[in-house]
Amino acid sequence: MHKSGTENPQVTVIKPQSGWQVINFRELSEYKDLFLFLVWRDIKILYAQTILGFAWATLNPLLQIIIFTFVFGRVARVQTDGIPYVLFSTVAIIPWTYMSEAMIQSSQSLVQGQQMLGKVYFPRLLFPITPVLARLVDFGISILILLLVVVYYRVVPTWNLMLFPLFFVSMVGISAGVGMWLSAMAIRFRDVKFAMQFIVRMLMYSAPIVYSASSIPKTYRVIYSVNPIVGVIEGLRSCLLGRPVPWEYVWPGMVTALLVLITGALYFKRMERIFVDVI
Amino acid sequence: MKTDDTAIKVENISKCYRIGLKEKIHDSFGRTIIDFIKAPLDNYRKYRSLYNFDDTGPDSDGHPRPGACDVIWALRDVSMEVKRGQVIGIIGRNGAGKSTLLKILSRITDPTTGWARIRGKVSSLLEVGTGFHPELTGRENVYLNSAILGMKKKVIDRKFDQIVGFSGVEKFIDTPVKRYSSGMKVRLAFSVAAHLEPEILVIDEVLAVGDAEFQNKCLGKMHNITQRGRTVLFVSHNMGAIIQLCPTSILLEDGGIVAGGPSKEVIDQYLSSIFRPVDSADLRNTPIRDGDGRLQFTAACLQQENGVNTNMPVSGRPVDIVLDFVSHRPLSRVQFKFTIFNQMGIAVTHCSVESSGQSFNVPRGQGQVICHIPKLPLPLGQYKISAAAYDDRGKLDWIATACIFNVQASNFFKAPFVPPIRYSTALVEHSWQLMTDGCKQKAVCGQ
Repeated sequence: MHKSGTENPQVTVIKPQSGWQVINFRELSEYKDLFLFLVWRDIKILYAQTILGFAWATLNPLLQIIIFTFVFGRVARVQTDGIPYVLFSTVAIIPWTYMSEAMIQSSQSLVQGQQMLGKVYFPRLLFPITPVLARLVDFGISILILLLVVVYYRVVPTWNLMLFPLFFVSMVGISAGVGMWLSAMAIRFRDVKFAMQFIVRMLMYSAPIVYSASSIPKTYRVIYSVNPIVGVIEGLRSCLLGRPVPWEYVWPGMVTALLVLITGALYFKRMERIFVDVI
Repeated sequence: MKTDDTAIKVENISKCYRIGLKEKIHDSFGRTIIDFIKAPLDNYRKYRSLYNFDDTGPDSDGHPRPGACDVIWALRDVSMEVKRGQVIGIIGRNGAGKSTLLKILSRITDPTTGWARIRGKVSSLLEVGTGFHPELTGRENVYLNSAILGMKKKVIDRKFDQIVGFSGVEKFIDTPVKRYSSGMKVRLAFSVAAHLEPEILVIDEVLAVGDAEFQNKCLGKMHNITQRGRTVLFVSHNMGAIIQLCPTSILLEDGGIVAGGPSKEVIDQYLSSIFRPVDSADLRNTPIRDGDGRLQFTAACLQQENGVNTNMPVSGRPVDIVLDFVSHRPLSRVQFKFTIFNQMGIAVTHCSVESSGQSFNVPRGQGQVICHIPKLPLPLGQYKISAAAYDDRGKLDWIATACIFNVQASNFFKAPFVPPIRYSTALVEHSWQLMTDGCKQKAVCGQ
């Protein structure tokens, strides 16, 4: 006969939640196995039954780089602080592709997962965070393009490269924060889905991806840098290309990124209890 | 030291939802335009109100506000206590609140008021195949589904072969699930669920899928699970499964617990509540009625051979179905008819004046029409009669439930044996003959 439970069985109390909640990290670590399975599932199904499979992870950014190099590099001749345009855009488009994909999929995660939402319990935070991690695989694959271009242009890395983890973490953190905000809103208001397409396009031009940040007039630079994506892109560009990091563009964004992440988590946890009731 | 062996304690849990109401339609163009412009604000308020119920509680003076008409209470003040190792069935009509209760205990949704305390890990089986993705193979889906249901990877590795073996889809385990038949999907999904080892198991009607053979297999496996000292809450419409698996049950009705105890008694109470009591002596205010009303039934009842009214006729005996009516004008060529329905809602037989090839001419005023059945061919159980009258112009009157009666222990066949109601919707007279090389034997029933 199965001996059910232990001397100290886990006790759960179910009652109406109210007010602000904090993230239950212990519970999240209990569901670690499930989280990894969900990430793996996300990765597998994206390219299921395609011929090219994971190669698509490189084609998307590659095509953008080619087109932008032609349009902004040759035709419009946008100023790029002396960096060859291909290099200039590659180091920006690859992280941007990750961020935009992660944010879009994260925002739709609850809506798309509504079947699971209503039938089984696991920490709801896993929904928006899964695509943020799953798209890192695509990011990792497209880094190959980055490496090729960097090697081709014989860029010499400096100690700045040690700052890469800082910007990498910011990149992931911003995507997670925005994802948490938007997914919680999207489950209530489907407008988010329609707004996302246009917002993502606008965001791309709000950051120095196809143009250089130095083209922004001095008086507007602080306001410009409040957009956390600016700091991430400029930071990554400078540390990967061995140039000095323009901290003036980076600090305001870091503060915003932290705020977005924390408020996103708080908002998500607060709205969590009504997700199933308003799907 | 006293060990608390209460696995689940529920205290006054209530849950309410907002339902959609008909949108206002305006007759003036101006109002329509204004509503179109105000739409975003109205929509925002509407979606926000989906989870905000401030307008339904008592107002600031503590006086109870009249409940908002678009709020329904799926559960009202439900309290119960389940000890470790108990297997409890939960039955009730659709909309009684069974699934809502399970969802709250599974932490999928929060209660509006009240609380519950659970000792032990809960595994919920509210749907078979949660998380299955058509693009993944059977193997991948087993891992995914098991993880979703709460199994750790090491446990899944250990049990993988057992799970696949039980499901019977070993040959196709590495094919994407979208190529499976629906039966295979269900078998695989149920197989995963059957190998859970939770302390507390909460199941919602998942036995309602699959063919009969598979359902039997599932019942058997469920039985195993319940024998191992686990606490189980089992929601089902399958009374046979409930009786087999759950010694005790509770009955939910309109969001509240109305009965709890040994399963047989609770099931009896449930089945008898399905047939609402009807005042067959006075049908003037019967709820479900149709027809133009030129003739109206006023009462319905059954009468035994001696003319005494009864609502417990004996199977196999003669019985009269008596319908009183009042006709508001003289009518010609009237057809009277009625249908007898059993507990399952199946129409057992239909009797109509039409079968005789004739019809009645009914003068104005009160009257009575009697249908004589020489030998009531109904097995034990509860039945209802719906009655109707037609003439050439159309439907005069139709009543969904004119009267309810219980057929008593019968001597339809003159021998003590009565076939169980499960296998006989109606009783038929018959005789048997045995033919072998040696001799012929005959046995005749009911004479």
